[in-house]
Amino acid sequence: MDHRRGECAINASTSPPAPAPSGAPAVELRGITKRFPGVVANHDIDITVRSGTVHALVGENGAGKSTLMKILYGMQKPDEGTIAINGEQVDFHDPGDAIARGIGMVHQHFMLADNLTVLENVVLGSEKLHGIGGRARAAIREISDAYGLGVRPDALVEDLGVADRQRVEILKVLYRGARILILDEPTAVLVPQEVDALFDNLRGLKSEGLTVIFISHKLGEVLSVADEITVIRRGTTVGSADPRGTTTKQLAELMVGSELPSPETRESTVTTEPLLTVQGLRLAGTDADGIERIVLDEVGFTIHKGEVLGIAGVEGNGQAELVEAIMGMRRPDAGTVVLDGRDISRAPTRQRREDGIGYIPEDRHRHGLLLEAPLWENRILGHVTERPNSKGFLIDPGAARRDTERIVQEYDVRTPGIEVTAASLSGGNQQKLIVGREMSHLPKLLIAAHPTRGVDVGAQAQIWDQIREARREGLAVLLISADLDELIGLSDTLRVMYRGRLVADADPATITPEELGSAMTGAASGHLEHDGIEDR
Amino acid sequence: MKKFDKERALLAIAAPVLAVIGALIVTALVLLATGKEPFTAFHVMINYGDKTDSQVYILNKATTYYLAGLAVAVGFRMNLFNIGVDGQYRLAAFFAAAVGGAMSIPGIIQVPLIILTAMVVGAVWAAIAGVLKVTRGVSEVISTIMLNSIAGIVIGYFLQDGRLGVLDKNANMVSTKPIPSGSHLFNFSTGGGAVDGFIVLAVVAGVLYWFGLNRTRFGFDLRAVGRSQSAAEASGVSVKRMVITSMLISGALAGLVGMPTLLNESYDYGTDFPVGIGFTGIAVALLGRNNPVGIAVGAVLWAFLDRAANGLEFEGYDQELVGVIQGVIVLAVVIAYELVRRYGLTRQQRQVGAELAAAAAHKQEVTA
Repeated sequence: MDHRRGECAINASTSPPAPAPSGAPAVELRGITKRFPGVVANHDIDITVRSGTVHALVGENGAGKSTLMKILYGMQKPDEGTIAINGEQVDFHDPGDAIARGIGMVHQHFMLADNLTVLENVVLGSEKLHGIGGRARAAIREISDAYGLGVRPDALVEDLGVADRQRVEILKVLYRGARILILDEPTAVLVPQEVDALFDNLRGLKSEGLTVIFISHKLGEVLSVADEITVIRRGTTVGSADPRGTTTKQLAELMVGSELPSPETRESTVTTEPLLTVQGLRLAGTDADGIERIVLDEVGFTIHKGEVLGIAGVEGNGQAELVEAIMGMRRPDAGTVVLDGRDISRAPTRQRREDGIGYIPEDRHRHGLLLEAPLWENRILGHVTERPNSKGFLIDPGAARRDTERIVQEYDVRTPGIEVTAASLSGGNQQKLIVGREMSHLPKLLIAAHPTRGVDVGAQAQIWDQIREARREGLAVLLISADLDELIGLSDTLRVMYRGRLVADADPATITPEELGSAMTGAASGHLEHDGIEDR
Repeated sequence: MKKFDKERALLAIAAPVLAVIGALIVTALVLLATGKEPFTAFHVMINYGDKTDSQVYILNKATTYYLAGLAVAVGFRMNLFNIGVDGQYRLAAFFAAAVGGAMSIPGIIQVPLIILTAMVVGAVWAAIAGVLKVTRGVSEVISTIMLNSIAGIVIGYFLQDGRLGVLDKNANMVSTKPIPSGSHLFNFSTGGGAVDGFIVLAVVAGVLYWFGLNRTRFGFDLRAVGRSQSAAEASGVSVKRMVITSMLISGALAGLVGMPTLLNESYDYGTDFPVGIGFTGIAVALLGRNNPVGIAVGAVLWAFLDRAANGLEFEGYDQELVGVIQGVIVLAVVIAYELVRRYGLTRQQRQVGAELAAAAAHKQEVTA
């Protein structure tokens, strides 16, 4: 994708002049300020969304996009500022008020009951609109046809894929009469082909006169679908951009206030010495309905010293279980795990950590931190048996504190001190602490699951640098990520995981996100050959 | 950083103080509602509780409450609710008394042996709940309540003339064979009576509790499980093993609860052996915030209230009043802790946010 054409049309001012509106704008936010007992708050936000447009709201994680949308959807009340919908000033007390004004929200995490049909899910809570039977079915068909959503009202939601579920969510909102749709990071769970389909749907909505507010931090997508872009940084609007004359790079610089880092790493440091060999890993699990299914099916791979093995896949295809099996948090039914020549298949988690596995967990709140403990205790977590945290059977709080100070310094963890609780840090700083902790014990193998998820661009670059640097010194990395650019950029070898199997492999030097995406949906398998058209 | 800590310490004390004040206000209202003057009642309680013999009584009572509080607190620190301290200490004291009564060896060996028996019995009884939890997923709340009841039945079975009990024809009471006087524990004589020598061991237990939890690797693992089971598991703690270990420790501590009474006062286990201390331990642990010094304060307060109840009775008040105070304290303490905890967390988040914003603003000025 090449967006480099024309000159920059960015208008970087703290309060962008509203584009000349034809009629009243659909949404007008003026001087919105929200104070929080947290790190980021909204202040003086000004946004004008014209009717019948796709308006993108971009900004780093933690910039305040979600808070702003919660305010617009009535989930939170602003401390200052006004909201006007179609030229009329409004005061929302709860989402019900917002829905009554024609605002609908499609959340990042779907809120559907799996064991119900599409029809049942759609009418749930809005039984009064068109009943629950034939009339509702007809209404759903009508909406689906009008916007080209292709939703089948009688399909079971559990049989639907992620993209179809998303369309059901959109339909649910339309069914309730929404004319203004808020989509919170709608592409996060989709592969590139599905993203294109979604964008077609959004254009369809727009042509019917609906307004779409699209929240994202994927700039390429934003430029391809949006009519207007508003950039949020540190809780305030820092500018607006016209997608027709803006490049991703310019947008990114506006978003972060500095240059966009790239995950690319091309000089190979891969050696021939295998460090981690996984063979024939099988794991059966029972899901929420008590049905047994195969979560890991004959998974096998080898990671050499100095190699980054990236695993691509739509979430929920067994990646989390694979990590837990290697960490020893789950016992696989069959298979072996050999670390640096030693069979650790039956070793407990602690021994695996002591043997040199570093772990950056996917969910840092659940698996990486003790939120209510001070930073220096979090520095001990996972390495309680190792120096400098303990001497013999005793904890060494002095040494642990000193080393925490060092990590805070070296890894640029923004905190006023090491006695504050981990919960009071922002997500990016929590992640930097975890990376610092794991790297401090010089691991042989690093398992990094979504290492830069929810992390701002500055910290992202730093984490990539750290992984690259350690790789040069012979670290083996198992990288799992939903960010295909990150995967392709960092990995030396790529594997695709689909329904518990490693179905395809690819060379990150030539593969494109689109090609990887089709393998992630199970459409392609085997060795993925790049089809020749160079577009990077 | 120092100032930060001082404010945190203040916050830590705020909750129990608020709870006690709240309880006094509610009690005053109850007294007013029954047509009695509240301040006289409080005056009576303080005066009576302050006498020398009351002080000795309070110290002795507080010793058992303290041990019970520690036993419960070990569970609390890893999110286990050991309601079974009551059954554990009774069963432990009973078998310890039986062992003590059956032997006649020098006290220097026999006293430790009795204490050890109590700890082992308490630990084993508590471990049943731990094993059930990790193997069958039975909530320790349910299993320990049932084990309390079973412990009572077991004691009832063995505490019969001809089994492990001896019938005292004069008092018409059954008890275990008394422990020989050579194996009675020392005590401190004061003007108001004898202070149990076991108080020394209670203090040692408190110090070990603090040291074990805060300074050892094991204690760190235990606290990690209490704060986040999933994070602890990912960090390499075997949660299952930790559940059983901490139940063993909790039960062993519970085994000590009956020892001051057995070794310093009654010297046998009879039908009049004190019951219900395990439940008091829950209140004391809550009040003391699982902190060894806090538990001591809570235990002394509880013992004082017990004693003051007697004083109230002499003056014509209903002694159930103290029950009201104790009940309200427990409720108030739970509420107050949650409020103070949330306040503390948001306050800290705000502080961190403010300090970082200030630092960022400063940096921007420099670069601008």
